[in-house]
Amino acid sequence: MKTFWQRFLTNPRVVCGLIWLGLVTILAIFAPLLAPSDPFAIVAEPFKTPFSEYVFGTDSLGRDMWAGLVHGARTSLLIALIATVSAVAFGTMVGGIAGYYGGFIDDILMRMTEFFQTIPSFIFAIVLVAILTPSATSIIIAIAIVSWPPIARIVRGEVLSVKGREFVQAAIIAGQSDSGILLKQVLPNTLSPLIVTGSLLVATAILVESALSFLGLGAPNLMSWGFMVGSGRSFLRDAWWLVAIPGVAILLTVLSINLVGEGLNDALNPRLRDL
Amino acid sequence: MQSGRLLKYIAIRLLQAVPVIFGVIVLCFLMLQLAPGDLATVLAGESGGASEAYIAELQARYGLDKPVLVQLGYYIKNIMMFDLGFSFRHSANISELLAERMLATLLLMGSTLVLSLGLGVLAGLLASLWVGTWKDHVISIVAIIAYATPLFWVGLMLILAFSIKLDWFPTSGMEDVVQFYEGWDRVVDIARHLVLPAITLSLFYLALYARLMRATMLEQRGLDYVTTARAKGLNERQITVRHVLRNALLPVVTMAGVQIGGLLGGSVVVESVFAWPGIGQLAFEALFSRDYNLLLGIFLISAILVVVINLIVDVIYVLLDPRIRVGS
Amino acid sequence: MSDMVLSIQNLKVDLPVWSDRAHAVDDVSISVREKEILCIVGESGSGKSIMAKSILRLLPEPHVRVSGGSIMFEGNDLLDVADEHMRFVRGGRISMIFQEPMAALNPLMRIGRQIDEIIEVHTSLTASKRREKVIALFDDVRLPEPERILTSYPHELSGGQRQRVMIAMALALEPALIIADEPTTALDVTTQAQILHLMKDIQRRHGTSILFITHDFGVVAEIADRVAVMRYGKLVETGTVNEVLSSPTQDYTKALVAAVPSMTPRHRPSERPENSILVINNLVKTYAARGGVFGGKSKAVHAVAGVSLKVPNGHSLALVGESGSGKSTLARCIVGLEQSNSGEILLDDINIAGLSRTELRPYRNTVQMVFQDPFSSLNPRQKVGDIISLGPMLKGTKKDKAWEDARDLLCLVGLDPKAVERYPHEFSGGQRQRIGIARAIAMKPKLIIADEPVSALDVSVQKQVLELLDDLRKSLSLSMLFITHDLRVAAHVCEEIVVMRNGVLVEQGATANIFSNPQHEYTKALLAAVPGEGWQQRS
Repeated sequence: MKTFWQRFLTNPRVVCGLIWLGLVTILAIFAPLLAPSDPFAIVAEPFKTPFSEYVFGTDSLGRDMWAGLVHGARTSLLIALIATVSAVAFGTMVGGIAGYYGGFIDDILMRMTEFFQTIPSFIFAIVLVAILTPSATSIIIAIAIVSWPPIARIVRGEVLSVKGREFVQAAIIAGQSDSGILLKQVLPNTLSPLIVTGSLLVATAILVESALSFLGLGAPNLMSWGFMVGSGRSFLRDAWWLVAIPGVAILLTVLSINLVGEGLNDALNPRLRDL
Repeated sequence: MQSGRLLKYIAIRLLQAVPVIFGVIVLCFLMLQLAPGDLATVLAGESGGASEAYIAELQARYGLDKPVLVQLGYYIKNIMMFDLGFSFRHSANISELLAERMLATLLLMGSTLVLSLGLGVLAGLLASLWVGTWKDHVISIVAIIAYATPLFWVGLMLILAFSIKLDWFPTSGMEDVVQFYEGWDRVVDIARHLVLPAITLSLFYLALYARLMRATMLEQRGLDYVTTARAKGLNERQITVRHVLRNALLPVVTMAGVQIGGLLGGSVVVESVFAWPGIGQLAFEALFSRDYNLLLGIFLISAILVVVINLIVDVIYVLLDPRIRVGS
Repeated sequence: MSDMVLSIQNLKVDLPVWSDRAHAVDDVSISVREKEILCIVGESGSGKSIMAKSILRLLPEPHVRVSGGSIMFEGNDLLDVADEHMRFVRGGRISMIFQEPMAALNPLMRIGRQIDEIIEVHTSLTASKRREKVIALFDDVRLPEPERILTSYPHELSGGQRQRVMIAMALALEPALIIADEPTTALDVTTQAQILHLMKDIQRRHGTSILFITHDFGVVAEIADRVAVMRYGKLVETGTVNEVLSSPTQDYTKALVAAVPSMTPRHRPSERPENSILVINNLVKTYAARGGVFGGKSKAVHAVAGVSLKVPNGHSLALVGESGSGKSTLARCIVGLEQSNSGEILLDDINIAGLSRTELRPYRNTVQMVFQDPFSSLNPRQKVGDIISLGPMLKGTKKDKAWEDARDLLCLVGLDPKAVERYPHEFSGGQRQRIGIARAIAMKPKLIIADEPVSALDVSVQKQVLELLDDLRKSLSLSMLFITHDLRVAAHVCEEIVVMRNGVLVEQGATANIFSNPQHEYTKALLAAVPGEGWQQRS
């Protein structure tokens, strides 16, 4: 039987995903070094084609596309990660409490979760960001608010199934407190679906963030890939790369996260793969 | 199931929808409170666009000098009477505006649903039958890429390829208004306009359903009842068609219900890319004119639409799965 | 050889590379004769089910596949015939019954159609003729209200009815051979007796041969003409039922037969002490089965409906009942996992009924529990040392001391003390159950509640765990409430028995008395339903 890491790191899809994600992360971290100028600064005449003076050319206003891409990587990753971590934390709390205590508390929390899952989440996010005025914070809040319900449902389901297992009853009979049981017995056993769903949520968050920026709801002082696609769309006929290049960046990043997330799932639940 | 029990089930589900709609209304009200500026100007749309007299009328109608809870009461009362306010930007009543734009969105969503479910189920089914072969790999790889592609980008790339370069389909709009087509010609014209937006919006969901269908087909095929069917002497086609298919469709139906809200969100993006004149594009316009009240109206109407479609999906599910008992 | 229906020669089935052994079935030769019931008996991992599945080529290929041998049936080698011929054999000449009828039936298809289908693919009968035949089959397997069952879905029937449906399906085309893979294992003991009786009856009337896979020697004694014993994929011994059960030649068979708990009570009824560690007076536990959000009448389910019993100091009391009798709910009430509605639970003369979990903490030392499922009763993410020392550490014992005690306890239950550093998945079912016992006695309880502690174990392991519980009970002078569905197990470890059904006690008394002179009809039925009862009385 191979170990988790062997299964995970010998999966070619995971390796491809990790390579691209590693690259994007490095770009994001060292963005100020790799493209020292302000990504909004006009550096040359507009519509310079790629592989000229500037690797990816310049946009309709003469801004450096390369600078936009690396700073956009920063924005996308940071917003997506913070939003996902908040959503996972909140969702775990709601799902954990609902599943463990059950009864009336469960009813209330699950009605609330269903409610947030029923309402059209992207439109809700649009309204929220528009009303709170677009900024990194409002985008993070909006993404987190629309992303937590699936986490809560998964955690609740896992907690319910773990709670029914006899080792939890044994802990109750041993006299362990509710919080002790929840933290030490139940939650560690819900970790693997949580990690998988959480990692896939990052991909969704990047898609939502880029769609918001595309619609003009991005943070005004932060360069982002969705914004680059949005500002290039009017020039599709003559300068299609303005749209194509940042779009490919979004696509590859989301794809890589999905590949890694699914690889995690396969490695954590080997039975599905082996048989 | 007898029709009486089904009707009872529908009635129960309708009743359960009431608190959801109520919650959405309260949520709208809360967001109005969050909006910058005082409520009257927000309700009036753009500041400065409304006359003093209209602002005063709004203050009376929404009870804006009263405590917040009373204001909520007024707000709910107005919505109950289908009064969502007035949009100055469009010089139209918001309810009428929404009704007018709804048809285009429903057309886009309907064709997307048919396209993504039909092709998605088919692709997933074929992939599961070809599991492990190169055909399966091709379907899986295309699906995982489609699953990761941002909608607005697909739309723009399709416009680039099929409108700008090949000139097969129009770039935007729902019909060629200046041609004054009538009857069948008009249908063909709208269909030509519909092709690219529908493909754009379908792609993600097609991938989603294909992946889900493939996974559930494989899961179901490993279950005992399939071994029973095989032990009965059925051939593989009979096993798949009579036994596995229906069981594997259940999770796809559930997923299609869950995704309705997402589909509406996607149509905002797609409609804004293709200038498709539905409520999504209306939302895009409302964003630019900071017409928060119109935006909330759109949110409200989409939430109601989602609730209604979910109800239909639940009824379909009950008809498909005899294990769901009603009222017991 | 003309009376051979099926002849398996040198069958070899390969397991995938990641398994713990190379062959699931290793060079097995077995024949089924005309009009006989051949039982293949073996513990889990013996390869008996895989062998049965390979006959109809139902193995999960390509991971598990036949790599050698032949399976001769009606003049053809089933391993060689074309797919089309195989489909003719499946259902038509050889049919199969599975362990879990709920899983073996398509949940979305009406029962009638599921049986109709097998007739449809093998014959050219019209729909109305097929319908007549299905109804006749229902009658044959004694299913009531055939018209209703025809249009029912699997979830609307009881477990016994579903298995009757499977038998009807297997009989539909009068096959030469029926393969039954543990067909009664998922059923209650009284239902099991009915199904066994039905199968024997049908075999006589139709003259079909049956290949019957089981792990239970009681069932073997009940139904078999001949027996084949398997272990680790190899054939250990074959012979007539009398030969194998009464005078087995192989050590493994001898050990297996000896491990079957006997029907003769082991404990002589000893002097009943004055004091009782546990006294239950008129305990009631009712569940409200909730309707939907908008009504649907909420129905009260009386899981425990006024039960009174006593566990005398140092005694062991068996609580015997079938599934749904309320025996587990009663146990859960005693340890505070459920709140009873009314009545008293006197633990050492102190009423603990109605106390909250926090209020119960001072009494956790008195009563501990051993659970049923060794795979769910240990937290997979904790080391064995942490699992055993949890209770003592919550009581204030220092970690070093608690771990030291845990090592001693592991020795006491017959495991290596080094096991404290390992995780549960490294142990077998029987070893895990020993760890669970060590965890219970770590709290130095006076009373142990054992909830079906051996029902998930193989029969040879079952015996060892029962012995261990019995030894510990004597050496630590524990009292025990032993919950089981199996009267044989109860007879093995308990001085007294109470029989529970539908939430009430129907009979109680000393084990020997209950076995020799049962009063209540239900007790009599339970005793009569024990498979292989005749054989065991004799031995």
